[in-house]
Amino acid sequence: MTRFVLRRLLQSVVVLLGVTLVVFLLLQLVPGDPVRVALGTRFDQQTYDALRERSGLDQPLVAQYASYVGHALTGDLGVSFRSGQPVTTIVLERLPATLSLAVTAVLLALLVAFPLGVLSAVRSGSALDHAARVFSQFGVSVPDFWMGIMGILLFAGVLGWLPPSGYVALTEDPAGWASHVLLPAGAVGLVTASILTRFIRSSVLEVLSEDYVRTAEAKGLRSRIVVVRHVLRNALIPVVTVVAVQLASLIGGVIVIEVLFAWPGVGRLTYDAVQARDYPVLQGAVLFVAALFLLMNLLVDVLYARLDPRIGVR
Amino acid sequence: MSGHPDGTLRRALSALRHDPPAVAGTAVLLLLLVVGVAGRWLAPDGVNDVDVDGILRPPSLDHLFGTDELGRDVLSRVLVAARVSLEVGLVSVGIALLVGVTVGLLAGWYRGWVDNVLMRGMDVLFAFPVLLLAVAIVAVLGPGLLTAMVAIGVVYTPIFARVTRAGVLSVREQVFVRAAVSIGASDARIIRRHVLPNIAAPLIVQTSLSLAFAILSEAALSFLGLGIQPPDPAWGRMLYDGRGFVTEAWWLGVFPGAAIFLTVLAFNLVGDALRDVLDPRQLTVGEARRSRR
Amino acid sequence: MRERTDRPTRPGRAGATDRHEPAGPDIAEPVLAIEDLTVTIGTRRGPARAVAGVDWSVRAGQTLALVGESGSGKSLTVLAATGLAPRTARVTGRVRLLGEELTALPEPRRRRLRGRHVGFVFQDPMTSLNPVLTVGRQVTEACEEHLGMTRRQARERAVELLDLVGIPSPRQRVDAYPHQFSGGMRQRVVIAMALSCEPDLLIADEPTTALDVTTQAQIVELIADLRRRLGTAVVWITHDLGVVAGVADTVAVMYGGRIVEQGPVDAVFDAPSHPYTRALLAARPGPGVRDGDLPAIQGSPPSPLDLPAGCAFWPRCPVRGDARCEHELPPLVPVAPGHRVRTFYPLSEDA
Repeated sequence: MTRFVLRRLLQSVVVLLGVTLVVFLLLQLVPGDPVRVALGTRFDQQTYDALRERSGLDQPLVAQYASYVGHALTGDLGVSFRSGQPVTTIVLERLPATLSLAVTAVLLALLVAFPLGVLSAVRSGSALDHAARVFSQFGVSVPDFWMGIMGILLFAGVLGWLPPSGYVALTEDPAGWASHVLLPAGAVGLVTASILTRFIRSSVLEVLSEDYVRTAEAKGLRSRIVVVRHVLRNALIPVVTVVAVQLASLIGGVIVIEVLFAWPGVGRLTYDAVQARDYPVLQGAVLFVAALFLLMNLLVDVLYARLDPRIGVR
Repeated sequence: MSGHPDGTLRRALSALRHDPPAVAGTAVLLLLLVVGVAGRWLAPDGVNDVDVDGILRPPSLDHLFGTDELGRDVLSRVLVAARVSLEVGLVSVGIALLVGVTVGLLAGWYRGWVDNVLMRGMDVLFAFPVLLLAVAIVAVLGPGLLTAMVAIGVVYTPIFARVTRAGVLSVREQVFVRAAVSIGASDARIIRRHVLPNIAAPLIVQTSLSLAFAILSEAALSFLGLGIQPPDPAWGRMLYDGRGFVTEAWWLGVFPGAAIFLTVLAFNLVGDALRDVLDPRQLTVGEARRSRR
Repeated sequence: MRERTDRPTRPGRAGATDRHEPAGPDIAEPVLAIEDLTVTIGTRRGPARAVAGVDWSVRAGQTLALVGESGSGKSLTVLAATGLAPRTARVTGRVRLLGEELTALPEPRRRRLRGRHVGFVFQDPMTSLNPVLTVGRQVTEACEEHLGMTRRQARERAVELLDLVGIPSPRQRVDAYPHQFSGGMRQRVVIAMALSCEPDLLIADEPTTALDVTTQAQIVELIADLRRRLGTAVVWITHDLGVVAGVADTVAVMYGGRIVEQGPVDAVFDAPSHPYTRALLAARPGPGVRDGDLPAIQGSPPSPLDLPAGCAFWPRCPVRGDARCEHELPPLVPVAPGHRVRTFYPLSEDA
């Protein structure tokens, strides 16, 4: 068990190093001088020199990378070309908004996907199963931002129940937060729900065909007990990992929804950084999200090992 | 002894005929192809023709999909934009396929350090959420059609590399490949004659499904203004431009989005049907992790 | 095409078959009796008639062996009788468990009867145990369900049962997971599980096929011994005639979903009358016969989707009587008391 965790940890560190390299090289891909591009018409020599020095751009490439990683390790991701604020502070400020949106979306998705996925597997071939498959095919194919626009059209326009966009912090006004989060989280959650429904269905179906489920049925257990004790315990182990990974990818993947709903999260920050050519902020946001993504994957694998008694001994 | 790619494809196509969703998907794709090629001539108006008196007109006989905030015909713009989506989808998946299969072949065939270096590189690309990485790449290269294609291609490369590598690893241990090696056939020949035909099935499935995701990614990029630049129309961009008017002019939100949805759905239906025929595995954790975002 | 006119004679009265102590006074009612059982499975390529018109019964303390190649319908017969057939299967016929007509019962009642009175040992002990539950929990969860035991009582019972089936230091092992056991030990766990509610009937579906040879003998001996001690009726499903000779009182040979020969084990072994039975017996490894020398039966068993009109064995039959065999289904007729054969050309002993 410990060895398994250590090996995964080591792998993650190697991949994370690669991630920092990619993020670092992003800046090198900018055609021309990134600082000059970023400053654009606001160019003045003093700011330019200061930014170049602060970003380490006047040093050789290898030294630049070493210092980038070194600083990143201490939590220093550079400063914004625009505001001069530390990138880490800027990203962390935006994190709560994104987290609250992503977590709400995943919870909404689970609310739908769990019963739908399990029931459609247990009653495979039924009308419910067909409906579930149509639903998941719909959700996997629909762009979430289009669902967002349709949500605005219906719930903000026609019905007038919910605000079309905007953000209120959960800590300030929970009710206001809830009314604002429902549309974006619903749009994202619909897509997530369809992915999870599909996965839960196939995972439960797979376990249902296992010999030990027949053994449990042979014992004359009630079908509810067979499903809960024998099927779900096994089927949900992989599902846990997929849920966690979906959550992780939402944290970095709700850019479009955040832009559509004026939701001031990490995605919106990324978009603004792109628009403003504020490369350090872009790099910082991408690196932060990728690191979070890796960490979540690592935690998921460790969790997986804890949930499945077979893995621990390998 | 080894499956021939023609055989694989023929088997797939004949099976698709008996699957109603796949037939529907194929029909939509054929229609799209026609629209993609001939959209400019099918469109009733020019994409940038402005009807000054007719700003935000609801659908009518003059403008079946209504007009937008500048008085342009929405139907014409939706038809012409089909080409952009298909082009970006095909080219970017083409890039991903080419690079991914090459990487996967090298890694799976030569193993050892080649495998290690290449696949760790793929792991790194895999560590980013899809859209975030695409946005970052386009942001530094500068927005536009070509960079969008490259960015989406890069993002979908690792999945092809993994599928290929897994296929190569299982094929290379089989008797007919070991026999070919033992009689001294060249690597290139063995790969072409024995390995590629045997990994064709999963690659065909992955290609079809990736086209769906690539078109979604293109729509997202162009929604963010990072795809093809105005005044050329793109479905995602049309949604972005129309988002502020949508409560008064529903047609600005409905039609371009429906176009994206139908295109992606068609690729998914065909891809799922192909998977059932060619590669009937259960959905794996890895796929579900990667299936969308 | 129903041959219920010739009911099976009670094997208990055949004398010669009753080699073991009966489990009590001669109860007229068998533990499990099935009559005219037919199973049709809906498949993509149409309905497949996997079992047709099967009759047999088994009484307390006795062992019935169901013999046949894979696909002959021997497992499905038992699964369908106890309500465990796949959902796409349509089952008709009569099944009496301890005198109760199962087919007339609603599923919950049938489920309770099955769990309380029937124990199952399946083929592969590596897959028939749930990997994420401790063996103790799995061995006695049926006791909680059917005998109203508490968790604590069930745990004590699990220790007892593991001891009964010969698992060393059961008190420690009760909390272990299946992957911590060897194949043979797992099959012992499965047997303990099957016996947990002191069932009247034990179904052993190829319980030794997945095990290595030494372990096979131990498991056969264990089940035979438990049957003697507990007086349980046993239905032993197998393709291994060597095992049948050692443990069974009566035997039913199945081919293409039908019984082709059934009777007391001695009668069937001494005077096999169906060409298929004879071929099976000839293919049995014995002392002095090396594996490679076994005469295999030419051809393969028929697909249940595509059964011949007449005798299902006709295409492979070495006798091949006449056109009647090809076009007309032979009835199951007695050749000796309790010994019945489905063929137009029963073989005589010296054939």
